[in-house]
Amino acid sequence: MTLGAKLRGPGWYRAVISQPLGLAFAVGLVALVRALYGYDPVLDGDAITTVALIVMPIAFIVGIGCFDYWFRWASGAPTVPEDHSGHGAKTWRDYFKVNTDHKVIGIQYIVTTFIFFILGGLMAMVIRAELAQPGTQFVDPNTYNGLFSVHASLMIFLFIIPVFAGIANYVIPLMIGAPDMAFPRLNALSFWMLPTAGVMMVASFFADGGAFATGWTAYAPISTETPIGQQFFTIGVQFAGASSIATALNFLVTIITMRAPGMTFWRMPLLVWANFTTSLLVVIATPFIAGSQFFVLMDRSLGTHFFDPAAGGDVLMYQHVFWFYSHPAVYIMMLPGFGIVSEVISTHSRKPVFGYRMMAFSLVAIVILGFTVWAHHMFVSGMANWMRVPMMITTMLIAVPTGIKIFSWLATLWKGVIHLTTPLLFALGFITMFTLGGISGIVLAVIPVVIHVSDTYFIVAHIHYVLFGGSVFTIFAGLYHWYPKMTGRMYDEKLGKLHFWLSFVFFNLTFGPMHFVGVDGMPRRVADYADQFATLNALISVSSFFFGLSFLVFLYNMITSWRHGPKAAANPWRAHSIEWQVSSPPPIFNFDEIPTVVGGPYEYGVPGAVHAVFGDKKAPVEATPAPAGGGGAPPPTTE
Amino acid sequence: MRRLLRKRPALGMALLSGVSTAVGIVIVLAIDWFPVQASTAAPQIDTLWDVLMIASVPVFVLVMAVALYSVFAFRAEPGDLSDGEPIHGNTRLEVIWVTIPFIMVSALAVYGWVVLEDIEAKQTDPLIVNVNGQQFAWRFDYPEEGKVKSTQLVLPKDRDVEFRVKTDDVLHDFWVPQFRLKTDAVPGLTTKVLLKPSRIGEYDVVCAELCGLGHSTMRAAVRVVTPEDFDAWIAKEQKSETDGGAAAAGGDEAAAGKQLFTETGCNACHTLADAESSSAIGPGLDELSANAEKFGKQDKQSPEEYVKASIEDPGAFLVPNFNDGVMPADYAKQLSPEELDTLVKYLLSVSGEEKP
Repeated sequence: MTLGAKLRGPGWYRAVISQPLGLAFAVGLVALVRALYGYDPVLDGDAITTVALIVMPIAFIVGIGCFDYWFRWASGAPTVPEDHSGHGAKTWRDYFKVNTDHKVIGIQYIVTTFIFFILGGLMAMVIRAELAQPGTQFVDPNTYNGLFSVHASLMIFLFIIPVFAGIANYVIPLMIGAPDMAFPRLNALSFWMLPTAGVMMVASFFADGGAFATGWTAYAPISTETPIGQQFFTIGVQFAGASSIATALNFLVTIITMRAPGMTFWRMPLLVWANFTTSLLVVIATPFIAGSQFFVLMDRSLGTHFFDPAAGGDVLMYQHVFWFYSHPAVYIMMLPGFGIVSEVISTHSRKPVFGYRMMAFSLVAIVILGFTVWAHHMFVSGMANWMRVPMMITTMLIAVPTGIKIFSWLATLWKGVIHLTTPLLFALGFITMFTLGGISGIVLAVIPVVIHVSDTYFIVAHIHYVLFGGSVFTIFAGLYHWYPKMTGRMYDEKLGKLHFWLSFVFFNLTFGPMHFVGVDGMPRRVADYADQFATLNALISVSSFFFGLSFLVFLYNMITSWRHGPKAAANPWRAHSIEWQVSSPPPIFNFDEIPTVVGGPYEYGVPGAVHAVFGDKKAPVEATPAPAGGGGAPPPTTE
Repeated sequence: MRRLLRKRPALGMALLSGVSTAVGIVIVLAIDWFPVQASTAAPQIDTLWDVLMIASVPVFVLVMAVALYSVFAFRAEPGDLSDGEPIHGNTRLEVIWVTIPFIMVSALAVYGWVVLEDIEAKQTDPLIVNVNGQQFAWRFDYPEEGKVKSTQLVLPKDRDVEFRVKTDDVLHDFWVPQFRLKTDAVPGLTTKVLLKPSRIGEYDVVCAELCGLGHSTMRAAVRVVTPEDFDAWIAKEQKSETDGGAAAAGGDEAAAGKQLFTETGCNACHTLADAESSSAIGPGLDELSANAEKFGKQDKQSPEEYVKASIEDPGAFLVPNFNDGVMPADYAKQLSPEELDTLVKYLLSVSGEEKP
């Protein structure tokens, strides 16, 4: 291919070339508009940065080729309806292209998000180094505030939320017996928006005045007044959010319309249920954080006064809109993990999920209740007093569906045949720490206690127990569980267990003591603290370094096993769900023949029970009667 | 133990859980969680906390007991490819674990509500204290006690206090851990905290809402004193405020300037040996006179003009290595022109004394 053709065609050449063009466009637009208004100077750095932050990522996404097919179609040029040229990966290079294969996109998501996980983790290490003793050691307060803000933003928007989307991308179409997602090109677009958001947030460290330093919450009005670095968050969130919404829509349509014959809702594996409910949350809630950040963007750039009380603005409005997304976001970061844990516990302890229907209903209950509790983040914010008690009650009620899940997992373990593999270890670790995080969550609903502990290290402890001990442990469980399916190789079980024990022990040594310093009076988001907290903080910092190192065991295991691990069988866990009935890794279009689902997904121990059959084997449609706890409702006769 | 658990699992587990619960409760009650109790709300909140902890222990123990027992008792032997019993559910069990948590959280919510009503009950003849947060200092004034202004918070023991909390710029949060109570200071609103100090001592006001670079240094001293000492303090402050004004008028400008420097909150960010401040958020001011001459020359300003301009519009000239947007730009509004002049003269007179 000639260079000219390379520059015209989709790919990295065009993506790279698009960047200076995007920047030039931003400079030109700003100069034009400012000249028309008669502003002086015509070239304003902040204005150019703002426009460039919007234009350059779009230019990149266009350059890499996400829109080529649609542009061709929109302009009336000939398109190939069954164009599979960008589908599937034959070499590692294909992972760096716009690809429409959900399995490739899943891997792209997972690898990308882990890169940001590592970056965010390194920032946490610097934060703990600074906090190892009172006083200023390594970084000034501005850098410190930037570090914890970018750390949290990366972990939330570039790791936990999208890594679940990545795992689901890989697994869900296989699980429901579909050849791909409903909208493969939209799927590719969703992925490519993500790295632009992440790069933007990391790049904010190079902005004039430093990275955004107002926390991941970016409360107004401080976020409308700080230097230009804030803009990198405000706009970055839009790209991450758009990616999230598009993926969720894709999951909803895929799950609703593309289930294999016989796969009724009550025969779906719980991971599918979990992603279905999560996607509902994403689609309904994410526009709210987009709105909150657009308000900030307009206050900063266009001179609106949403958050300037002197001009009729309302500061608390920001918090209400922000938490109306960000509380459900907690469940966006947890429900897919619930799904993973259900799969892992059932498979590795060889038992049907206990109370399958209640497990699904409790997911739905959490979605509904999740929208009624946002103001428990605002008990000391000065909001209307009457809202506090109702929100305390709804918050505490979420313990009921969450309790159902925990108890049902325990009952699933009970009388099982437990294979203590790495995925199951992580699932058990998750139950332990999520129970602790849930308990501190109950404590954080009781208003008089919250008035004391809000904005302290108790909060930091709680969110790490639910988001690391909770979500990230389920992510590890899921990755170990589906690693053979994704790579076609087995990971090293010994290293996996070492990784579990190191992270379990040092996680608790790192975040456990934060409960104590918080209740004792140490506020969060501080670069420096009173001497009375020095001992525990030193312990926390030392533990956190070992905790950080434990991740290297995981990384080593994943990378070396991918290259040199023993070949994995199609179904190493002897699981029933459909993704394990195809080769590891699966064929390019998943199924040579679409499977027919004939029973529940977890019929372990039921003699002769299967979840799905392939090909000519005549489907024994009524093979298993519906058991009391659900799992095998007969399919509608129309199918 | 393992044999007992295998033979009589229910008994063994109940025994193990009972002992662990008892030990757990002893531990959570033995931990010294909180700072000292310095308000009447503190004992109630601490008791509520203890109840929450006591309720939490059996839940955690139960989960752990079942999980650990299962792992030990139902562990597969190597090579065992069998499946577990196909138990799909048990309606009675599911009703139980919906009902019991529901009752538990309902009871705790009601208890929490009662405590909330109690600590926010109507006060009798409260002392009104206006609290003002500003990047990165607190100011207090006592509107009904001769409008006394102070940068430290002095409170009489055993009297109801109503704090009316405001902010000059961004969100702050007024928190005294020993009182257990806090509220955000919200632009455009006046928020309230009601409490009754119950213990004589010295504490800190801690800013608990991220407010910028100086967030971790935004502290103010709190002193709870006897009512007599409080009245004496008010009287002394009233006198010194008249004196302070007189001193400024009479020529003791250094004292007046120093008072302005601390009362306005300059000391929260700037190092100045004369005013005993050592914060490094803004440029240090000990070499200000030399720097003012050097930097002022670039814009053809006299040192006085330079210092004044730097206070009125902090972004106009930036000292190398310091950023725009950190220092509040509204000091010109807070200070009268006379006060501003006094402050400028004071800063130039006390800086660079070592190097004439």
